[in-house]
Amino acid sequence: MNNSRNDAGLARRQALQLGLGAAGGLMVPGLWADLARAADGPLGTYPAGTAGDSVFVGVTSPLTGPYSADGKDHAKGYELAFAEINAGGANPQAWGLKGKGVLGKQIKYGVADSELKPNVAVQAQTQFIQRDKAIMITGCVSSATAVALEELAQRDHVLNMVGASGANATTGHDCQRYGFRSQPSAYMACKALAPVVAQHYGRGKKVAYLVPDYNYGHSVFGSFAEFTKPYGWTTAAKVVIPLATSDYSSALLNIANSGADIFVNIEFAAQAVNSTKQGAQFGIFKKMQMIVPNISSFQGQETGAQLMQGVFGTMDWYWKLEDKFPLAKSFVDAFRARFHYTPAWGANIGYMQTYLWALAVERAKTFYPPAVIKTLEASKADPFDSTLGKVWYRAEDHQLIRPIPVVVANAPKAMKNKDDVFNIVDLIPGEQAISPPAFLGCKLGAYT
Amino acid sequence: MPSTALLLSQAFNGLALGSLLALVASGLTIILGTLGVLNFAHGALFMLGAYAMYVVMDATGSFLLGILAGGVFMLVVGVVLERVLVRLFYSRPHEDQILVTFGAGIVFVEAVRAYFGGNTQTVPTPDWGQGIVQLGFLFYPTYRLELIGIVAALLFGLYLVLYRTSIGLVVRAGIEDAGMVGVLGINVRRAFLAVFALGVLAAGVAGMLYAPIVSVQPDMGGNFLVEAFVVIVIGGLGSYPGAVVGGLIAGEIVSLTSAFDTAYSEVMLYAVMALLLVLRPQGLFGSEGRV
Repeated sequence: MNNSRNDAGLARRQALQLGLGAAGGLMVPGLWADLARAADGPLGTYPAGTAGDSVFVGVTSPLTGPYSADGKDHAKGYELAFAEINAGGANPQAWGLKGKGVLGKQIKYGVADSELKPNVAVQAQTQFIQRDKAIMITGCVSSATAVALEELAQRDHVLNMVGASGANATTGHDCQRYGFRSQPSAYMACKALAPVVAQHYGRGKKVAYLVPDYNYGHSVFGSFAEFTKPYGWTTAAKVVIPLATSDYSSALLNIANSGADIFVNIEFAAQAVNSTKQGAQFGIFKKMQMIVPNISSFQGQETGAQLMQGVFGTMDWYWKLEDKFPLAKSFVDAFRARFHYTPAWGANIGYMQTYLWALAVERAKTFYPPAVIKTLEASKADPFDSTLGKVWYRAEDHQLIRPIPVVVANAPKAMKNKDDVFNIVDLIPGEQAISPPAFLGCKLGAYT
Repeated sequence: MPSTALLLSQAFNGLALGSLLALVASGLTIILGTLGVLNFAHGALFMLGAYAMYVVMDATGSFLLGILAGGVFMLVVGVVLERVLVRLFYSRPHEDQILVTFGAGIVFVEAVRAYFGGNTQTVPTPDWGQGIVQLGFLFYPTYRLELIGIVAALLFGLYLVLYRTSIGLVVRAGIEDAGMVGVLGINVRRAFLAVFALGVLAAGVAGMLYAPIVSVQPDMGGNFLVEAFVVIVIGGLGSYPGAVVGGLIAGEIVSLTSAFDTAYSEVMLYAVMALLLVLRPQGLFGSEGRV
């Protein structure tokens, strides 16, 4: 008898607690949905990473090393987005976010220096995931790091909004269910660029390539050669150079002797500046026009307008898009006010990827990774407004479908101020430049 | 098979490239050969030289002033580095010397990054180095051509200091038996200081001369440190003639391989180094058990 009475009492107490808990849950926006989904989880850092009144985002960027200028700019883009979203106000509202934070939770974050090394980035993000229960990881200025972080994200079931990465593999054969890339692939950049340069320079040109010996370099070479082929452009020289090259003299002699009309420089950041400068000393630009398929953030300023003038290329984003897209304008204004210089495209990737993630979480009404992934995959039906206009992620390979700016560098005397380095000659719609689904060999992994 | 013209061009370029590599390696080998210290801050000191040139050129536009002011600056850096840090490590194991100089290098690189930022800085080619020279079939940048002469003069000057003055003799004697040299009334400490500062100066001058060619940014020294090591391993650790010959050989290997396929230029350099380590571990001009 005593036993049964005790049982009944316990049951009553439990019921009371559950009821109170449920009522409390209903009062916290988002929590109810989280609890409902939690029936599917726990998965990765969910729900542990969303238990408090904040969530953590792990950011890695090369703050030292040859891409450090791009890397610092990239990190600032994230910092601005986090600050804006946490504070609420006009900018987050313009993007479509409500209130302060994401689903009412403040974003805490850590920025780690990846030193441009994939293993360092993976180590730092692993720490963010294990120690800080990071709900999302992001940031890189290298495809080697991008691919390594995507793998980590897939294994640990933590969403990865990929930073700067141009290689095809990132949304090609190394793609992952947990990785989303916003920068155009080499395929897209070259497909957008080829008709523009072919129209400008004419048919049947001979091309010499300077190819850095890694994933990205070979990707860009392959895509550029393929998309200029229909215009009769042929490869006069493909000069593959080791990654740690400082003195380009022997490579440049080969290019100078190739008899080419066009010099396609695939080097990136400090190495692009270096090779261009030395190319000028070898008189390359007296015989050849330079094209840079993917112009790094500060390449124009650092190389100088004297050498850059007339150079065609693509960029992930350029500040002059502020004339076209209101969110680009508000981004440039806020960034200038905070950091006292004009943001480059590395900053835009950090800023935009953070907002796209926050929007997807709010649409999904949960941080539960498979739900956020499915929301991003379904974004074609309801594209996000962004610093690049309307954009959406392709479900098949998680490549952002977005316009690609084709730019040409100004002559020194045409520059109105020091930021007036490029003019946007064309804005190629993403749909027009994208590869057929699965063409690059993407097989996304599992959701759980 | 590349054309004869290209092969000859690359052979010539190997000479130019090699002379620069020899200059970069000379500072490293002087310090290693005489003081027995493996200076891992060498790349950072090279970078400091390039930034010194950048600052002076930016302010005055004079390359010569850059060399002079930069040279004084590098001597000061060398003296301070030796007095404050390196001299405490002469009698400590190689590992300790490597760690402390490596650490000093990181401090230099990050200090420069903190002050100048990570962006690439441009140092213009001096007026007398502008343009391109036509050498028969070959077009070659004037500045690089002039550098061959400048570097040759500098290397010869270094040779005179090390082998035709008493300072080199004192230092070598000091390495063998510092106590005995001291008893003879010679100030070994001062000679060590002078040699270390000279090595730092050589690294800095290499950076100053390279500044108009490469992009000047905080991490630029890393590649040159590695290349300098390869050069002195080929030439013989601590051997001054070895650094010069090793530099020229390395330049030719990189350049001639490039005539066939640039992608293999570095592989060939390391392959030759590995082969040499097997066949002649002390390097071309090194003596066994020297360092």
